[in-house]
Amino acid sequence: MTENTKESLNKKILEETERWINTTVAQSLKKVPERKRNFKTLSNIPVKALYTPVDIGNLDYFDDLGFPGEYPYLRGAQATSYRARFWTMRQFAGLGTAKETNQRFKYLIQNGQTGLSVAFHLPTIYGYESGSPMSAGEIGKEGVAIDTLADMEVVFDGIDLSKISTSMTINAPASILLAMYIAVGEKKGVPMEKLTGTIQNDILKEYQAQKSYIFPPEPSMRLIVDTIEFCTNHVPKWNTISISGYHIREAGSTAVQELAFTLANGFAYVEAGMARGLNVDDFAPRLSFFFNAHNNFFEEIAKYRAARRIWARHMKEIYHAKDPRSWRLRFHTQTAGVSLTAQEPYNNIIRVTLQALAAVLGGTQSLHTNSFDEALALPSEEAVKIALRTQQIIAHESGAADVIDPLGGSYYVEWLTNQMEAEAEKYFEHIKKLGNGSMLQGAYVGIKNNFYQREIANASYQYQKEIETKELVQVSVNEFKIEEELDKKPEILKISEHVAEKQIQNLQKVKSERDNARAQECLQTLREKAKTNENLMPYILDAVKAYCSVGEIVDVFREVFGVYREDSIF
Amino acid sequence: MERKIRLIVAKPGLDGHDRGAKVIARGLRDAGFEVIYTGLHQTPDDIVQSVIQEDPDALLLSILSGAHPVLFPEITKKLHENGVDDVLVLGGGIIPEEDVPALKEAGVSEVFGPGTKIQEIADYIRANLKR
Repeated sequence: MTENTKESLNKKILEETERWINTTVAQSLKKVPERKRNFKTLSNIPVKALYTPVDIGNLDYFDDLGFPGEYPYLRGAQATSYRARFWTMRQFAGLGTAKETNQRFKYLIQNGQTGLSVAFHLPTIYGYESGSPMSAGEIGKEGVAIDTLADMEVVFDGIDLSKISTSMTINAPASILLAMYIAVGEKKGVPMEKLTGTIQNDILKEYQAQKSYIFPPEPSMRLIVDTIEFCTNHVPKWNTISISGYHIREAGSTAVQELAFTLANGFAYVEAGMARGLNVDDFAPRLSFFFNAHNNFFEEIAKYRAARRIWARHMKEIYHAKDPRSWRLRFHTQTAGVSLTAQEPYNNIIRVTLQALAAVLGGTQSLHTNSFDEALALPSEEAVKIALRTQQIIAHESGAADVIDPLGGSYYVEWLTNQMEAEAEKYFEHIKKLGNGSMLQGAYVGIKNNFYQREIANASYQYQKEIETKELVQVSVNEFKIEEELDKKPEILKISEHVAEKQIQNLQKVKSERDNARAQECLQTLREKAKTNENLMPYILDAVKAYCSVGEIVDVFREVFGVYREDSIF
Repeated sequence: MERKIRLIVAKPGLDGHDRGAKVIARGLRDAGFEVIYTGLHQTPDDIVQSVIQEDPDALLLSILSGAHPVLFPEITKKLHENGVDDVLVLGGGIIPEEDVPALKEAGVSEVFGPGTKIQEIADYIRANLKR
């Protein structure tokens, strides 16, 4: 089509659209008006009744869409997508003691799960020993209790680390848990060069949203770059950071904010790695992403597509990466915990299905589907099985995975993808300005002056108000409610308080049996090295092999790096 | 002018899920209460100290990690030991229904789960103040 014929076609579509609105639509509206005055996405992007080729008139197929597995990756990270291999079905799990988590992992593997994902309990996440007063009430609750290498050995007992990839949701102490995983691998005869998996290791979003930080941002970033540098040289198949929008969204952000803050954090890590003197193409291919799958179906799909194109463009044009693997954004998705309701919890199975389908249509590389009982408690085995089955049904029965990027070319989805990219670019501009041209400095400044926290708090308050005024309907919460007594609740999982006792005993036993002089020596070396600029990974590895606890190692870092406190705004 | 009802919203324990606590703090402020938010990672002693210093009419505790059976009773016990018996204590978060009777026994007046309207909490506080 020549430019001229395209222009005249667009003109005709515009005229015809106007005619349609004034005649066919107008007549229909006289009989039944629209359900509401304004239609919008969860990111407050107004949406029209109908999209036509005019809305994506400026799109250039080759520059803006391209082909799967090729720049700008809008249509997919891999050339064959799910026609070769389905996404990795990776259910996040961890509960009670190491032994219980090991059993849950084996149960999931037996049921067809293809990757592991470890949830740690909060004391591990914050670097406290199970016996610390700070750990009271939390032991084994939100994840598995890991104090020392001995616990990690039990978690992976009987699981072949050369065959399965493992994702670990750990941030401030990520370097320590990675070291433990490497040590477990060594004991099993799997060298670190062969280990595959991911550590979350994304500290920026902790200050912005999830709040499991320990040290101030700068020393935290040093630990992250230490792991990147170490893995680049020794653990080449490891994903060194899972740059996470998930928690930003769960904290209440919009989809646009999730997209923008996550990618901006990604650029900050790239700048941090380059500032260490690393070549961008040596480490960028191992950066991976983690997004939320929330309720607004098409907006979520547009978000994933936009994320791929933004990353590709910035990595190529701004950071001058030359390796196509540095341009290609790969991501994990988890369905939105925040969207689950305690009322009529079985309805959550349907919410999760729609969210998971959005992730698949958006081209995710791996997926966690939430269990329907998670607004009530930690998930039961039965609920976890249904969640995994949801993925298997989408994969094997729906046909949704047979065509790559099946919504590509949809007037609405392409328009929305452009829209989200444009909105994200505005945020990048702002963050860059905060950092005087540096996305890394911009992230630090934005955290310290509460820019992210305020943006997220405002969005979450607006969301709550819309639910209370019923502008947003939550089925069985603010509409279609039934009597509380009729609301059948499932059997839920309880973590016994005995787990705490048992774990504290385990830790004491390990400490009494280890070579304590060696352990203290390792901690002392770590203390001295932490004060230098040397890469800490080898010394952390020595310390975990000497059965130093996560708490002991983090205490050394607390002493050297200090701790971070935030101003609490609401 | 009548003194505003004064509230402390607190996050005990290590759990960083503060979306609910913040939304409630802001919603109650907009509903006419004076609200102090403690921020995250508060120990029971931190919270009791805040109550003694700020002298609120009600204390709203939020936990989503499952630590409530240990931390809520610990806080109410310490309040009592410090002679604080006229502050209304409320709980919120992911709290299984079967845990509620024990929490009430321990001095938590009411527990509000996911999906509660802010207005409902505001009404409850106004009707049940202990002073």
